[in-house]
Order: sequence, then structure tokens, then C-alpha cells
Amino acid sequence: MIVARQRFPLWLALSCAGLLLLVAWSFSVGRFPVAMGDVWRALWSALTGGESGLAANVQAVVTQVRAPRVAGAIAVGAALAAAGASYQGLFKNPLVSPDILGVTAGCALGAGIAILMSLPIGAIQAFAFIGGLIAVGLVIAVSTWVGGRDPLLTLVLTGVVVGSLFGAGIALVKYVADPYNQLPAITFWLLGSFTGALPRDLPVTLMPIAAGLVPLALLRGRIDVLSLSEDEARSLGVNVKAVRLTVIACATLITASAVALAGTIGWVGLVIPHAARLLVGAPFARVLPLSLVLGAAFMLAVDTACRTAFGTEVPPGVATAFIGTPVFIALLAISFRRAG
Amino acid sequence: MTLAARGLRYGFRDRIVGDGVDITLTPGEIACVLGPNGSGKTTLLRTLLGLLPPLGGEVTLDGKPLARWPVRERATRLAYVPQASESYFDFTLRETVEMGRTAHRGVFASASARDRQQAASALERVGLAALAERPIHRVSGGERQLALIARALATGAPHLLMDEPAASLDFGNQALILEELAQLRGSGSAVLFSTHHPDHALRIADRAILIKAGRVMAAGAAAQVLNSENLSALYGRPIDVATVTSPDGTPRRVCVPLGAGSR
Repeated sequence: MIVARQRFPLWLALSCAGLLLLVAWSFSVGRFPVAMGDVWRALWSALTGGESGLAANVQAVVTQVRAPRVAGAIAVGAALAAAGASYQGLFKNPLVSPDILGVTAGCALGAGIAILMSLPIGAIQAFAFIGGLIAVGLVIAVSTWVGGRDPLLTLVLTGVVVGSLFGAGIALVKYVADPYNQLPAITFWLLGSFTGALPRDLPVTLMPIAAGLVPLALLRGRIDVLSLSEDEARSLGVNVKAVRLTVIACATLITASAVALAGTIGWVGLVIPHAARLLVGAPFARVLPLSLVLGAAFMLAVDTACRTAFGTEVPPGVATAFIGTPVFIALLAISFRRAG
Repeated sequence: MTLAARGLRYGFRDRIVGDGVDITLTPGEIACVLGPNGSGKTTLLRTLLGLLPPLGGEVTLDGKPLARWPVRERATRLAYVPQASESYFDFTLRETVEMGRTAHRGVFASASARDRQQAASALERVGLAALAERPIHRVSGGERQLALIARALATGAPHLLMDEPAASLDFGNQALILEELAQLRGSGSAVLFSTHHPDHALRIADRAILIKAGRVMAAGAAAQVLNSENLSALYGRPIDVATVTSPDGTPRRVCVPLGAGSR
């Protein structure tokens, strides 16, 4: 029998190869098809500063339109999957998604307020990011104050409460918004999309995602132990409170950056880590890297399909739900049958 | 290297569960905590492990109060075997036992070759080497419990505290766990376990502590403390401790509840 541990390099290599193919496909398809060779030449000249010899509009489509969108989809998919994997370990529950502590609701309210104030896209993203951090900060503060013998339960319940409070805030923002410009903008933002990904914003989004990922990767061993009961984790020598807070902080940073860039995109953070675990077993040291690559590939595939498969663009947030639901049911069936 | 509790009062901030407990764990000895449901055996164990702060008295490890030990240092000296592990993810037995090495490596480090080797030898000791790559949800209850004992062994801690290690196991697996505990004593570990089965204590414990309603009812050498009178008082039912002779001639003491309906 080949054990999960030995399958890991194979699955990681396969999913990396799949992601590369998807990137090539995503660059070349669309309303303005570009040949693979031209994609390569355009990207090469953008990187080296040399002359591509391509028409200016081909060059612009590749580097100004598609590159940020491809990069955005990869970053957001990887980020949501990584955050989901972390939260699932932390809450000892494979059915947890990254917005469990209200980060998405916080981001949405932040973005809604920024749209209400007619701020530019960069400010909308900044407001969304800060809104997400405020929501989770509030959840941590309130749950610490409430206390209780089961800190995780308190966190989840507080997350639900704060999430619905921010939900009410979003409803209020929508209600007072100008129905001709602002309300559609808010609704569109809530659906999730990568059209807002601009080349100059990407580093700003990628930095907090990377900053959040590094501690998670380093703490991989501790995160495994954290998925046992609290007594077990403590008796095995883990500083549960410190690791837990670090994981929440990092996963929140990652999720808030992703949601700020692309709006609310569900299901990726729930489905992808689940799939990764089915393929390579439970240890976070394997689940995290595979989730990153699978999440990126899934998001890129969905977004590319969204902008090419139909006459008009389908919001990727809607598409992930349509695809995520049946995929998730299938994964559940597979894992339950395996366990039974 | 001893774990000792003196005048220990334990429980939660708003509720005292037990009081006046004195225990010393000695290397090469098995101590057993007996008591009816709700007598606070688990709470006592958690306090002895440093997972709950004592409400009064003190728990010391090598003469130093438990609370003053850094978490990681403590984990290399006191190992905990829970009644059942709440694993929500399908770690393999090998991965589960390697977690026992957590305290031996840096916060950011992966399992070293030595960690892996220690985990493998712990699995070997409990006879699970062949199942090392099996996910923990796909082994029997007895094997899972043995894996938790192997995880405790992998910590290298000289003190093992076990919360009803044989609960919810079938008869054969109970015997298997008891044999394993006896072997641990032979290798110089100090073992403390709680149980609902006086027979288990009669079979392997050197010392016994009987706790009823948060008070130590009797404590001392297991052979003396575990008698009909004490056990009847402990559980509030007439209980007889009888001596049976095994085919090989060894006398063994067993515990039999008396009363209405008995034949």
C-alpha cells in the first residue's frame, strides 16, 4: 500500500503542473484570443524590458488585463484555501470556512462604507481589509471578555453574533445607498470579482498574504497538535493560547487581503483543504502546500471559465458556489465512505 | 524525579471538586485512583498534570511547584493518556505518536530523525509497528488506546498519568492495556491511572487512592486498601473481594458485587 505521506510529492507535482497549464490557458483565451507563443513573448518582454515585436494591443491585453487577473485569482484562491486549512485545524473541524470569525462580513461592511463615500477602488480595498480585521478583533475581544470553559465554542458563537451584526450593517449601508450607482456597486462587490485587480495593487495584496503564510508554515507541527483536544495539546507542551492567537491573526490577515481584492468568494476555503486532506492525509505540513496550489488552480479555472464560457461575465463568487456545492457533497460522500 | 501533591484542593474557580489529597508518584510503581462517577478523578488528574491550577495545597515536580515549570519542560516529564483522543482528522498512528515528540523540538521545527526513531520504537513497544501507517480512525478501540500510550511513551516522560485507559475497551483489550502498564512499571516509569474497575487495581496497582465525594476515603498499599469493606463503602453497594486460585496455583483477588439478584 502506498501511504499518504509518499503520495504527497506526486500530488504536489501534479497540481503544480496543472496550475501551470491553467495559467497558460487563462492567458490565451478570452474575448481577445492570444496565441500561446505571443503570451510568452509579451510576458518575457515585460519581465526583461526588451522589445516583444507584438502589436501594442496584444501586449496590453497580456500584461495589463490578463496578468493582474491571473495573478489575482491565483493569490486569492491560494489565500482562501490556506486560511481555510488553518481555521479547520484550529477549530478541529473539517467543515469550517475562513469566514467563521466574521472576517468576510467585516470586509463587506468596510467595502460598503467606502462605496457609500464614493471612494476610489484602492480605498475600497483598504476599507474592506480594515473592516475584516476589525470584525475579527471584535470577536476575539468579546470572546475573551465573555470567557467560558470552552474558548473555541465561545469564539465560534461570538463569530456568528458579530458576523450578523456586520450583516445588519451591510443591509443598512445598502438601504441608504444611492440606488442608481452605489447600490449596484455594492451588490457587484459582494458577488466577488477579479476585475478590480490592478497591476499596481497586487503587491499590496500579496504582501499581507505572504506575511500571514510564513508563520502558518513555520507552526505546521504545532497546528497539528492544536487539532487534538486542548488538554492533550497542552500536556504535549504546546502553548495553546499563543499558537491559537497567532493562527487566527495570520489566517485573518490572509483572508482579509483576499476578500479585499476580490470580494466575497465562498467555498474555496472550505472545499480545497478538504480535498487536499483526502489526497495526502491530515498533517498540516502537507495540507498547507497542497491547499495553496489546489486553491490557486481551482480559483483560476473558475475565473477563466467565468469570463469565457458565457456571452457575459459570470461573477466568480457565484460560480464557486455553484461548483463548490456538488464538489463538496461528493468529497463528503467519499470521505464518509472511506471512514465507514 | 518525583511528582507529589500535598494537601491538594482541586476543582474550578467556582466549584471545589476535591480536597486534602496527598499523592507521591514513585518510579517503578503503579498508583491507582478509584472513585464513583462524579468523584472528580479526571479533575484530579488534570490538576496533577498542571492543566488546572490547584485551588489549595500544592503539586510539585522535583520539589518545584508545577506552575513554575515551563510548558515544554513539563511536557517532557509528565505524559498524559486521555480517556479517548479527540482526533477530528485522520492522522496515521505514526503521525499521532510523533506528536508525542512535540516538546522535544523547537516551535518551528519538523520531527528530527531522532524524533521519528523514538516514535517508531514507542509504537514497537506497544506492538503497533505493523499498523504505523494506518489512519487512527481505522484501527480498533484497543489499538487506538495503545497508540495514545505509545504517544505518551514517545515523550520520554518518566511519569505517565492515564485517565481510565481501559474504559470502553472489550475484555481482551483491557487485559492487553493492563499488561502494558505492568511492563511500563518494569521499565521504571511511574504510572498513575484512574479506573472504574477495582479488578484492574487489584491486578496491577501497588498503591491505591479511594476518593469519595471529593475526600480521600482510604489510601495506601493496594493489597490493604482494596478490601470488601472499603470498596462497599466507596461505591455504596455490598462488594466482596474474594480470592480465587488460578490453574497455575497463583492466588488472585477479584472483586464481586453482591446484593439482590446475585446468584
